[in-house]
Amino acid sequence: MTAQALSGWGRYPVVTADERCSEDLPAITRDVVLTRGLGRSYGDASLPARAGLPIAGSRLADRVIAFDRQTGVLSAEAGLTLHDLNRTFLPHGWFAPVTPGTSFVTLGGAVASDVHGKNHHSAGTLGRHLRRLRLRVGTGDVVEVSPEIETDLFLATVGGMGLTGHVLEVELTLKRVPSPWIQGETETVPDLDTLIARLLEDGRTWPYTLAWMDALGAGGRGRGILFRGRWAEPGETDGAPLVWPREITFPMVLPNWALNPFGMRLFNQAVVTRHGRRVRREQTHPQTFFYPLDSLLLWNRAYGSRGFTQYQCVLPRREGSALYRSLFTTMQKLGATPYVVVIKDFGAQGPGKLSFPMPGLTFSVDLPIDSGTQRVVDALNDIVAAEGGRIYLTKDAFTRPEHYRAMDPRVDEFNAIRRRWDPEGRIRSALSVRLLGDAA
Amino acid sequence: MKKVVVVGGTKGIGRAVVRRLVSRGDQVALLGRNAEDLAASAADLAARGASTAPATVLMDLDQPESFDPALEQAAQALGGFDTVVVTAGAFGTQDALEADAAARDRVLTINFTRTIQFCEAARVRLLAAGGGTLCVLGSVAGDRARKPVVLYGATKAGVAYYVNGLDARYRAAGLKAVLVKPGFVRTGMTTGLPEPPFAADADAVAPAIVRAIDRGTPPCWCRCRRWWRARPRGSLGSHPASPRSRWSLPP
Repeated sequence: MTAQALSGWGRYPVVTADERCSEDLPAITRDVVLTRGLGRSYGDASLPARAGLPIAGSRLADRVIAFDRQTGVLSAEAGLTLHDLNRTFLPHGWFAPVTPGTSFVTLGGAVASDVHGKNHHSAGTLGRHLRRLRLRVGTGDVVEVSPEIETDLFLATVGGMGLTGHVLEVELTLKRVPSPWIQGETETVPDLDTLIARLLEDGRTWPYTLAWMDALGAGGRGRGILFRGRWAEPGETDGAPLVWPREITFPMVLPNWALNPFGMRLFNQAVVTRHGRRVRREQTHPQTFFYPLDSLLLWNRAYGSRGFTQYQCVLPRREGSALYRSLFTTMQKLGATPYVVVIKDFGAQGPGKLSFPMPGLTFSVDLPIDSGTQRVVDALNDIVAAEGGRIYLTKDAFTRPEHYRAMDPRVDEFNAIRRRWDPEGRIRSALSVRLLGDAA
Repeated sequence: MKKVVVVGGTKGIGRAVVRRLVSRGDQVALLGRNAEDLAASAADLAARGASTAPATVLMDLDQPESFDPALEQAAQALGGFDTVVVTAGAFGTQDALEADAAARDRVLTINFTRTIQFCEAARVRLLAAGGGTLCVLGSVAGDRARKPVVLYGATKAGVAYYVNGLDARYRAAGLKAVLVKPGFVRTGMTTGLPEPPFAADADAVAPAIVRAIDRGTPPCWCRCRRWWRARPRGSLGSHPASPRSRWSLPP
């Protein structure tokens, strides 16, 4: 009806758009070229190809269609969020098989990003747990796809950034958990080499692992904290009922100077000091473990009005840490401050045609946007392309098409499948215009 | 456990309210005009763990003659009911309704005349059963005339007057009439409208509405989404937790 200013989670870029939300997702996807979930991708993946072009919003279409309590097979409308899913089914012993670092994603969006989580090394991406999708493709037809039916279209949709059609329904298998609590451990490590070695070692015995790195303090050695966890067995917990935390909304957009290298250095130091040297073991709330920032709604306002981007790439395994350190020395050289750095090892690559994870290490770095951000991303992409890595489209807003093609030769096959189901090239987004050569 | 009849429970605020009622074990009958939509919502509630399968009854809020048979059917399915919730309604912005007389008349009729006709039918049944709660959704737009929603606000103001009067007249007889006045809630009804500060999701206002139903407080304003609190007080998040929980709150 009216245009509103839309952006991804990074609050950059901002586009005026007409987002139409309804409980009746099949109806509102008939005439639009893109569906947006909760807008939690960081860059332009959920934005219309050009300003003013209407898009559908799926978040009101959140009904569960069926759930089998024996097998954990759930089918639901694409707007169901992991937030809702976990709160609804964890009390019955079921949890999302794979979850990203926020639960504020819709199932449709999670499929489009083929999300990965702390258990990628043991469980792969979400795509591995999908059984069936219902899609409205570019011609307007509604198609059922699965690993067996229309396999190509299914695999292109998994991680396809919503560019193969509108995801209407998702069927997946949830993970049965022995209790609603996580048995978690955290441990400080002195430098990046130790961090990587320990991360890989932990992955052999722990289903969920992740590392946070302090890129600013301790002379840039790359000290950090390892997070590992598993679902607690019923005997280990005190039988405490799980109570979900109350959510607080970040009240305002902070001034652009509020987050600064000096403050961040202090913050990181405080995190490390507070943790201490020893290993901490405790029964952890799944919200704390999987979604540490979800209790603070709209935390992206902390990065100020210019917004931020999260640079996330995956690099193949190499001996030592020189390659990985070069990412940070490059940022330092160009005057960029890596605010929050998260590191995770990936297991095998899934079958998704454009899916991000591949064997290696993934680094994600929050960068507040300023005039130098484009140069920083270009320089980092040079390294990633040269080393045979790739970037995560869901987080991206700055990558150039040349870089992207150099990193991901799979894009031609992906586009060929898209064209088969959408000969006129209707389904598109700001991201596909920027990177995949679509017309606006 | 309450036995609740809901008009408009498949969408928007009604959907969130029904989920909340069902999650704590209330028995629900959904009234609506689209059988497929009702079935999908019933399946949703069942899959989410409704202890008894929600009943569905066809009824069109624009067809007054369908009210009594529908309430009768709902009463049979639930074995009587003690609560009626009306969240259904029609909406149009002032611009749209000024441009389209048919749409205008529809909003005026559905939101005022038909809603009150339905409430009258529900009132008779509730009083005959010894009382109960009748909860109707008004709007803060009915408290103060606003430029973009003059006609819509007028219907809600009319309904507010009616519900207040009903409460005054029948509370002694055991009928509590509860008027809920949400502010801007992000639903299919408000999609595309410029969003004011403090807009809320339906899930955020549902707890306040259910609490108003439980307490029988007339009227209930639930746009009260203060900036430091995404959920109204008393929602699920404030249950005292076990001592070992990280999230425990002082009792």
